Amino acid sequence: MSPSVDWAALLPQIFLGGGSLVMLTLGTLVRKRAPWWLPNVLGIGLTLAAFGSVVWQWVRVQDPSRGAFSTIAGTVQIDGFAVFLSGVVVIAALLALVFAPFSIRRAGLPPEEFSVLLLLSAAGGVTLASANDLIVLFLGLEVLSIAAYVLAALDLRRAGSQEAGLKYFVLGAFASAFFLYGAALIYGAAGSTKLDSVAAALAAGAGSNARGMLLAGFALLLVGLFFKVAAVPFHAWTPDVYEGAPSPAVAYMAAGVKAAGFAALLRLFAGTFSASSADWRPAVAVVAVITVLAGSALGVISGDVRRLLAYSSIGHAGFILVGLESAGANGTSASLLYLGVYAFMALGSFAVVMVMGRDASGSQPLAAYDGLARRSPWLALGFTLLLLAQAGLPFTTGFWAKFEVIGAAVQSRTYWLAAVSMLGAVVAAFVYLRLVVRMYLVRPGADGDALASQKSGVGLADDSRSGDEDSDSRPPVAVPRSVGFVVAVCAAVTLFFGVWPAPLLNLAGDATLAVLGG
Amino acid sequence: MALAELIWVVPLAPLVGVAALTLFGRRLGEPRSGQLATAAVGISFAASLVVLGGLLSLDGHERSVVVKLFSWVPIGDFSADLGFLVDPLSVTMILFITGVSALIHVYSIAYMHGDENYPRFFLYLNLFVFSMLLLVLGDNLLVTFLGWEGVGACSYLLISFWYGEEANAVAGKKAFITNRVGDFGFLLAMFFAFGAYGTLSYAGILEGHAANSTATAILLCLMLGAAGKSAQFPLYVWLPDAMAGPTPVSALIHAATMVTSGVYLLVRFSPLLEESSPWLGDVITGVALATAALAATIALAASDIKKVLAYSTISQLGFMFAAVGAGAYTAAIFHMVTHAFFKALLFLAAGSVIHGMGGQQDIRRYGGLARLMPVTTLTFGVGWLAIAGVPPFSGFWSKDEILAGAWGYNKVIWALLLLAALLTALYMSRLMFLTFFGERRWNADEADPHESPRLMTIPLIALAALAATAGVLNLPFSHGVEFLGRWLEPSLGHHSAEPGFGGGTKWVLAAAAIVAAAAGLLAAWAIYLRGRVPPEKIERRVFARAWGYDDAVSNFVGGPGKGLFSALARFDASVVDGAVKQVAALPRRAGGLLRRVQNGLVRRYALALAAGAVALMIYFLVRAGL
Amino acid sequence: MWLNQFLVLSAVLFSIGVYGVLARRNGVLVLMSIELILNAVNINLVAFGSYVQTVVGEVFALFVITVAAAEVGVGLAILLLLYRNRRSVDIHDVDMMKG
Repeated sequence: MSPSVDWAALLPQIFLGGGSLVMLTLGTLVRKRAPWWLPNVLGIGLTLAAFGSVVWQWVRVQDPSRGAFSTIAGTVQIDGFAVFLSGVVVIAALLALVFAPFSIRRAGLPPEEFSVLLLLSAAGGVTLASANDLIVLFLGLEVLSIAAYVLAALDLRRAGSQEAGLKYFVLGAFASAFFLYGAALIYGAAGSTKLDSVAAALAAGAGSNARGMLLAGFALLLVGLFFKVAAVPFHAWTPDVYEGAPSPAVAYMAAGVKAAGFAALLRLFAGTFSASSADWRPAVAVVAVITVLAGSALGVISGDVRRLLAYSSIGHAGFILVGLESAGANGTSASLLYLGVYAFMALGSFAVVMVMGRDASGSQPLAAYDGLARRSPWLALGFTLLLLAQAGLPFTTGFWAKFEVIGAAVQSRTYWLAAVSMLGAVVAAFVYLRLVVRMYLVRPGADGDALASQKSGVGLADDSRSGDEDSDSRPPVAVPRSVGFVVAVCAAVTLFFGVWPAPLLNLAGDATLAVLGG
Repeated sequence: MALAELIWVVPLAPLVGVAALTLFGRRLGEPRSGQLATAAVGISFAASLVVLGGLLSLDGHERSVVVKLFSWVPIGDFSADLGFLVDPLSVTMILFITGVSALIHVYSIAYMHGDENYPRFFLYLNLFVFSMLLLVLGDNLLVTFLGWEGVGACSYLLISFWYGEEANAVAGKKAFITNRVGDFGFLLAMFFAFGAYGTLSYAGILEGHAANSTATAILLCLMLGAAGKSAQFPLYVWLPDAMAGPTPVSALIHAATMVTSGVYLLVRFSPLLEESSPWLGDVITGVALATAALAATIALAASDIKKVLAYSTISQLGFMFAAVGAGAYTAAIFHMVTHAFFKALLFLAAGSVIHGMGGQQDIRRYGGLARLMPVTTLTFGVGWLAIAGVPPFSGFWSKDEILAGAWGYNKVIWALLLLAALLTALYMSRLMFLTFFGERRWNADEADPHESPRLMTIPLIALAALAATAGVLNLPFSHGVEFLGRWLEPSLGHHSAEPGFGGGTKWVLAAAAIVAAAAGLLAAWAIYLRGRVPPEKIERRVFARAWGYDDAVSNFVGGPGKGLFSALARFDASVVDGAVKQVAALPRRAGGLLRRVQNGLVRRYALALAAGAVALMIYFLVRAGL
Repeated sequence: MWLNQFLVLSAVLFSIGVYGVLARRNGVLVLMSIELILNAVNINLVAFGSYVQTVVGEVFALFVITVAAAEVGVGLAILLLLYRNRRSVDIHDVDMMKG
């Protein structure tokens, strides 16, 4: 007796996973080396197809007469939540593929491997988002991660990329092992791996005789997932990997892998384990606060733009955790909104970081941005917008994301969490301002970091400027059309839905989590 | 009704100006972009007058109209509209904001002449006016917050306008950072209000019911926000530095409009303020007094003409906050309006002086300009008499009302405010005398003082007329002539404190205020004009005397005077400034500590991960009762 | 209570594995320590599966074994890359990026 399979529900996985396997197979069978752009174009085509099927699923799920449904004996659940996050993951892969040719040409990334791994990882992310069984969840997580480890190390010749791959792999496998142990304990405590059965068992008080096992399972699951979303103190890999890995891969990680990690976290804790939210909420609250504050504080001292964005992504993870902490439908949709808008900010920002290149030591000091507004005004404008959105300024999507998340915390009466995360947001604003100031106010050749020089404590007093005033001999940054397109799209989304947030808020509000699907 | 609904024109006009200047600013070029911006604000002012007429045609209790443009964020149980609240308070605000802005725009057309970024300057100015209007017109905290952030951003942009100049960029950053602290308070208040009342609209919050402690918490957070924006102790540090921007910006943003938005916010919440814990009023007056007194003494020792005016603004904002704390909300708004007139006037006149003196801002390098710049001198003189509190100029009436409110609240506060009023008269007279009278302390080859062009003097004259006569808005003689008080009543509810004393006390209080003003003027005359050394004697002695200004001050105050003033100045520079810096440096320190974990070794990272796992495990096992 | 013995065995294996990841410098040994943790998980899964009388635990364990193989494949490839560059698989030499 085999379970019925609703193939349409698996279309994104088929396009992404199946497509990438076909590409891989053809790549080994065909003797003649394909032109560099072919895998890229194929990848874009497959992600577009996957995106189309996600949209189709969304329409189907939102149709009140049909609603959420599950398939393959209830192990895969297609609900608003799953479709929304699948969409985020697919968009992340799509935009990363669009601007990847720059890196493929410049840094010599292997084009075929890049496309295949990205598609595989996205297939894992989509699986993770729609998983309704601990086994499927684990499979999705591993497919997502193992492909991401290789993506990080893909720039084979650069030592930094190797190092990023190694660190990501060792720590990631370590964290996955914790996750698995937790999953096993949950299975033992609830007697099933099906999430809806686990939720039903919890609600019926099944865990009460094995409460220690259940809660230990929570702890270990949290370790594994906190690692994926880069929450402090499980974050330490993030800056190193973001600095070393190839930029398109990093953009995908920040946008897609993070969204997939949160998919698992939200599905498990806000969904399946909601009956015991009193147990896990304090732990999530503490980690959220530490993450927000540490992310902001580390960003303030960072001297490299990639690391700065890595710390900022840690801080953003903290805010999304604040949404998880409120353990309700409002908090979940706030977290989803945050993930959705952050994906665009991250993709756009890393596209800019990619074209700004690396110095001889493989890093990208803040000084690279001095006076960028004069050299490449449009690039600077787009980047400024994305940074301000990350800082949470009004009229950008970032504002609404923070607003919704903190509003959810207030509604669930966790006032202290709301207050402390606001404080984190204030501190984090410095981080982004530093870069904006450099682009607009500092002339190249100045050696002080305008806002963060060591000499004056807060660096308000000196922008010591050396060299003659108008010796801006650096040429404008060459921005290929693909990169310009991605930055423009991301900035436009950020600005447009910042001014008119209603559709986006509705979208996230409709992306509901169906715990007991049938 | 119908007329009041035209309110959307008021913010729209400057917004159109912004759009036009963004698109065609560079093509329009020098005078035309300025004229366009001025016209936009002019239309806005005209529309405000129309709205005023519309509101006046309504009965008193109907004078609160909410105009919803569209529902902006409609989500589940949370919804916020882009709506405007048209009531006497907001209309009073938009009238003086658009009026003063229009005059300052006219002035800027000439003042910014020849600047390479001329169109951009007007673009920012229009953007500022738009944001400011949004701030005061919003019918809920969210719209107000957008305006609040917008004015902050414009302030930042305009301070750093000449960003080639280092000080400007640094000052802009300082303003940005201090304002973030205030924004933090505003946001917290917003979330608490939403949590407690389930709505962000003013009507919902002011009519809603919540625990007293919640209301107090919301108001405390709002106060933090207001203190940041309105430069109250200890968050005032950014305002003097903000003077690095162009002078019309100082007049518009850092004197007349933006810095009063904190006062506006607290007055808007006055019904809530009345109902909450009574000690809140003491907190507000306490902070206000500290601000008013501290800033007045620093103004006495400052030598940069714009810095003197900046500290004076801080001090006057302290007066307004004191009025709010004492429950004299009408007086606070009244002083806000008259202050907008005379402080904008003083700044613009100072700009005219700076313009005439070729950029020199040090009052020790001025002197005897009265004959060379007659219009400027005359108009500055009007502003001087108004701020010093000399009847019948406007400042006298509004300050008198604040003092009367303070008398009714607490006599000690009244006494301290009176002292601050005396100091105001003293430092403003010092500024007046050192600038326009006495010997010339400049070389003819350094500067060629001359009267400014017509476009600059006409706004000066208009503002001077307003500063001289705005007292008639609210005369204390009988309830019938308290126009502003009666007009604002619907917005403030019936909470605005009526001084509980007879007419006789009022006259005594007014006399005391006049005596204080006269004492300040006389003291300044004695110090800075009498005993003056003829210019032809020895220039060096003159300079020495001018530079030794705090000797004169200490002679006046007696023995410890000098020590006191320099101690205050040091307090300002080290403690307050330093505290702000320390707070700003905190994340850096924390980051430095955290960075040690980040030593690049996989083992260290794995250890952090395992430690986190152990911590989570311990928490959950304790939770499970094992 | 025959279940407890397996749980204790699994917990001991898990702890040894965690210790190995934290203490070993050699990349290959770190990989093996991670394998140890995964095998601890497998023991758990099979024990639970047999305890609750469903086959899910055993199926889960099979999936874990498969994925672990893939993971080790990738891990060894990365280590090989490292070895080619540095002639060493000591993962604590790798600290170019920090701060």
